[in-house]
Amino acid sequence: MSDITSLTLTQTLKALEDKEFSEQDLNRAYLERIKSFNPKLNAFLEVIETKLGIPAAIKDVISTKGIPTTAGSKVLEGYIPPYNATVINRLLENSVSIIGKTNCDEFAMGGSGENSAYGPTKNPWDITKVPGGSSSGSATAVAADLCVFALGSDTGGSIRQPASLTGIVGLKPSYGRVSRYGLIAMASSLDQIGPLTKSVEDAALVLEWISGSDGMDSNCRAEKWEMRGMGEIRGIKVGIPKEYFGKGLDPKVKKVIEDAIKKLEELGAEIVEVSLPHSPYALPAYYIINPSEISANMARFDGIRYGSARQNFGQEVKRRIMLGTFALSTGYYDEYYAKAAKVRTLVKQDFEKAYEKVDVIVGPVSPTTAWNLGEKVDDPLKMYLADIYTISANLAGIPGLSVPCGFSEGLPVGLQILGKHFDEETVLRVGYAYEQATNWRKEKPKL
Amino acid sequence: MTKYEPVIGLEVHVELNTKSKMFCRCSADYFGKEPNTHTCPTCLGLPGALPYINEQAIDDCIKIGLALNCTISPKSLFERKNYFYPDLPKGYQISQYRWPLCVGGKITLDSGEVIRINRAHQEEDTGKLTHKGRDTLIDFNRSGVPLVEVVTEPDFTNVEQIRDYAKKLQQLFRYLGVSNADMERGDMRLEANVSVRPENVEGLPNYRVELKNINSFRFMVAAVEYEIKRQIAAIEKGEKLSQETRGWNEEEKCSYLQRSKEEAHDYRYFPEPDLPELRIEESRVKSLESNLPELPWDKSKRFEEEFKIKRVGAQILADTKELAEFFERALEYGKKHQVSTQEIANFIINRKPDINSVLPTQIIEDIKGKKVGVIDNDEVLEKLANQAIEDNQKSADDYKAGKENAIQALIGGVMRLSKGKADAVSVKKILERLLKI
Amino acid sequence: MKLTKDQVRHVAKLANLPLTSEEEEKYSEQLSKILEYIEQLNKVDTTGVEPTFNVSGQENVMRKDEAESSLSQEEVLQNAPKKEKGLPAGQAGFFVTKGVFDK
Repeated sequence: MSDITSLTLTQTLKALEDKEFSEQDLNRAYLERIKSFNPKLNAFLEVIETKLGIPAAIKDVISTKGIPTTAGSKVLEGYIPPYNATVINRLLENSVSIIGKTNCDEFAMGGSGENSAYGPTKNPWDITKVPGGSSSGSATAVAADLCVFALGSDTGGSIRQPASLTGIVGLKPSYGRVSRYGLIAMASSLDQIGPLTKSVEDAALVLEWISGSDGMDSNCRAEKWEMRGMGEIRGIKVGIPKEYFGKGLDPKVKKVIEDAIKKLEELGAEIVEVSLPHSPYALPAYYIINPSEISANMARFDGIRYGSARQNFGQEVKRRIMLGTFALSTGYYDEYYAKAAKVRTLVKQDFEKAYEKVDVIVGPVSPTTAWNLGEKVDDPLKMYLADIYTISANLAGIPGLSVPCGFSEGLPVGLQILGKHFDEETVLRVGYAYEQATNWRKEKPKL
Repeated sequence: MTKYEPVIGLEVHVELNTKSKMFCRCSADYFGKEPNTHTCPTCLGLPGALPYINEQAIDDCIKIGLALNCTISPKSLFERKNYFYPDLPKGYQISQYRWPLCVGGKITLDSGEVIRINRAHQEEDTGKLTHKGRDTLIDFNRSGVPLVEVVTEPDFTNVEQIRDYAKKLQQLFRYLGVSNADMERGDMRLEANVSVRPENVEGLPNYRVELKNINSFRFMVAAVEYEIKRQIAAIEKGEKLSQETRGWNEEEKCSYLQRSKEEAHDYRYFPEPDLPELRIEESRVKSLESNLPELPWDKSKRFEEEFKIKRVGAQILADTKELAEFFERALEYGKKHQVSTQEIANFIINRKPDINSVLPTQIIEDIKGKKVGVIDNDEVLEKLANQAIEDNQKSADDYKAGKENAIQALIGGVMRLSKGKADAVSVKKILERLLKI
Repeated sequence: MKLTKDQVRHVAKLANLPLTSEEEEKYSEQLSKILEYIEQLNKVDTTGVEPTFNVSGQENVMRKDEAESSLSQEEVLQNAPKKEKGLPAGQAGFFVTKGVFDK
C-alpha cells in the first residue's frame, strides 16, 4: 500500500484504530521507502528495523539508549548513550518506535546540512539543493515520507528553516516547554527540541506527548501542554514586522508570503503592522551568545570518557568554539558577551511591546528558497545571514511555527508564525486555519 | 633594613555531607567505593546531561554564611568556570563568581583579631586522579559532590592565626552538621595566598603566590612559613615577584612553581544557562538562622561566663557539640547530687571520658564515688586513729615494742570505725605518727 | 576587530583545539570578518538595560536531597576508548589518560 506512507500522524493513528492496516504493515512500508530513497537523500545515519509502533525519525543530536548517536560528527562516531533523552521516553510511552537517527549539521551548527561529517542530506524537491539545517535529515525524512514524523532541534531556526525549505511543518516550542535532557547541547539558553511533521495537527499532538517537566531540566516548565482545540481565527490580530520585508528578502519569496498573509486576512484575521526595531542587532547578538555557550558545551569532548580527539571537530564547530572562547576571554566579556545579553533583552522587549498590539507575528522563515549544495560553504558569514528571520525567536524564547505556504520556482516556501512565550496554542491555531484553507500540504516531492 | 610583613588570605573548601550530589541524584557517599559506580550522565559529563540544584546544599551554604556573619545575597547565580583537566568531566565547573550566595562576613580569632570573610559560595567537586606509572587513572565518584568555598580577605599575618582559623572552621562545619571536615579524607581543603609587603605600608602587594594542592595542614603551615622567607629573600635581592601558583615538596622542604602568570587560567566565567537564578527569600534566611545551633565560640564564651570556667577549659568543653551537650547534661545531673560545676569540668577535661560509651550520669557517680567513698581529712582521721588506739591498747603497745605488723590491727580498727571509708594510706601515716615514741 | 595569528593561537590553546598553521591563518581571517560584523552591536545604546541570560521564566528550581541509583560501572565505561597498546592490566573500573602531573 503506497498510500500508507503519505498519511499524517493523525491519519495513521485513526487508520490503525480502524484496523485499515497493521503496525507491521506500517513499519514495513516505511522501511521499504527508506531502503529505496535514503541512499540518494542521505537523510538517515542509522536505520532500525522496527516492527511495531509509530515509526519516527530522531535527529542524531538526541540521545537514544543503546542506539548510536553521532551528532553528525566524527568525534562521536560509535558513541552509544547509556540513557534516553526525556523526549524519547515520552514518545516510547505513546507507542512510537524509532525507525532511525537522522543526519544533521555537525553538533547542529549550520543551516544547510552541509556541515555533517557524514555527507550532506539532499532536498527531496531537488537533490542538487540543500534541505536546510541543522535538522536536515529530519526534514527530508518527513518531506519524503520516510517516517510518520520526526524530532529535530532549533537553536536559531534549525527546525523552522529546513521545514520551510522542504515544504513541511516545523515547530519550535517556547523555551522551557520541552525538556532538553538528553539533547546534545549546542547553545543551552537557545536550544529547544520540537516536531517536524506533515500537518499542523500532528505537530500539536507530538508537542502534547513531549512537553512538560521531568525533574531533570531545570529550565523546563512544569505543566504538560495540551491543545484545547483548533478553530477559526476570526478577529485574531496578526502582526507584520516591517523590518522583515526589506532588502535581502528574495522578491519571489516575498510575493508568496504576501499572498499567504492575504489568505489570513480572508480568514478573518486583522493584519496590523508592527515594528521590531532591534531586529538588525539580533543576528550579531546571537552570534556572540551562541558561540560562547557552544565553546563551553563542547569542552566535555576530551576523548577520555567517550568520543575521539578534538582535532576531529569540523571547521564550523572549531570556528564557533574559537569565536566563543574569544568572546568570553578576559577583557572581552563585557564588550561581547555582556553586551549581547543586553541586546537580547531589547530584542525580547520588542516582541513584548508588539504583543501588546497583536496575538501573533507572521513573516518569512528564510530570505530565499533552497540554494545549491556547495554554494555557501566557503563563506560562514553568508551562511549566518540566512538565519535573519529565525534567530530572534530563540533569543526571546518565544514559539515559532513554519507552515508550507507555496512555492517559488518549484521550491517550497514556509510561512513563519511567532507567538507569545508559552502561547503555542494561538500559533498552532493560526497555522491550522491557514493550512486547512489551502492545499499546499497535498504537494509531495517526486522522488 | 626594611622589615617585611606577610599578607595572607585563605581559601577553604569543605565537602558537604548531603545524601545526594550537588547537581544530580547520585549518592554523595563516595569514599572507599568501587570506582565509577556513583555516577550518572550529569556528574559524568555525558552529552545531553543537565544539572538540577540540591536544595539541602544551598541551605547548608547559607548556614555556613550566617555562622560567619555574612550577608545572604537576595539574588544568586551559578556560573561556568571553564578550564580543561581530566578530572573535570564537562570541561567546566559549575561554581559561583559574580553573584555568590554569601558575602561580607567575619570571624574573631582567639587572639582577638578579626578576619574578614570575603565570600562563601557553592560549587561542585571534581573527580579523583591517581597516578599509575605513566598513566593517570580517573574515578568520577567524587565528581559533583557539593563543595562550599570560604574565602577570606588577606588579613592573616602569621601562621598561628592560620592554625586557629582552620581549627575554628573545622569546628564550625562539625557543629553545623554540614560536614565531617576531615582534612585527611579531603572533606576540608586549604589553599593560601601569600605575599609580603614592607611593614607600615598601606595597600596590597601587586602580586600573590597561591599555595595549592597541599593536602595536610602540617605541610600547609610549613609551606606558608617557607614562602614568607623565600619572598622576603627574593625582594631583598631585588627580584620582582609575580603572580604564581606553587606546590609543596615535602622531601626537599621547599615550594615549587606549578603555574606562572603567563600560564594562569583564564576561566571565562559566564552565567550558567542551564540553571535559572536563585532568589533567596527573607523567610528562608530567617528560618535557617533561627535553627542554627549555638556556635562553638559563643558556647565557649558562655561556659566561661556562666560557669566561671577558665578560657582554655571552656574551649575544650565546647570543642564538639556532642561534648558540650554531654557536659551540660552532666551539670544538670550533678546539681541533684551536690557535685560542683568545677569538679565536673575538671573531671571531663583531665580524664577525657569516652562520651560515646559513658553516660553523663555515670560521670557524676564516678565523681561522687571518689568524694563520698573516701574520708581523707586528716583531722577526722586523727580522731578515729586515737579512738582505735584507745580501743586496742595491746596492738598499740606491741607496735611500740617493735612489732611492725601490729599496726594492721589498728588500721583495721579505724576502717571499722569509719565504716570502710577511711583512706587507708593516710590512716597508716597518721597512726605511725601518733605511735612514735 | 582584527585577530592576529598570535591571538588565534592563544584562543586555540584556551579552547584546547590543536590547530595547524594553515588553520591558524584561515581562522584569523574568517574570525576577524565575523567579529567585524558583530561590531555593529556597539551602535546600540544599552545603558540601564539588564542583561538576559535565561528566557525560561523559572527561578528557584531545586530538588529534595534524595539519592537514587547510578549508572552501572559497565555502562559508565562502555564508551571509553578501547585499550591502547601498552596499557597495563588491572585498571578495571577507571578511565585512563596519559600521565597528567603537576609540574
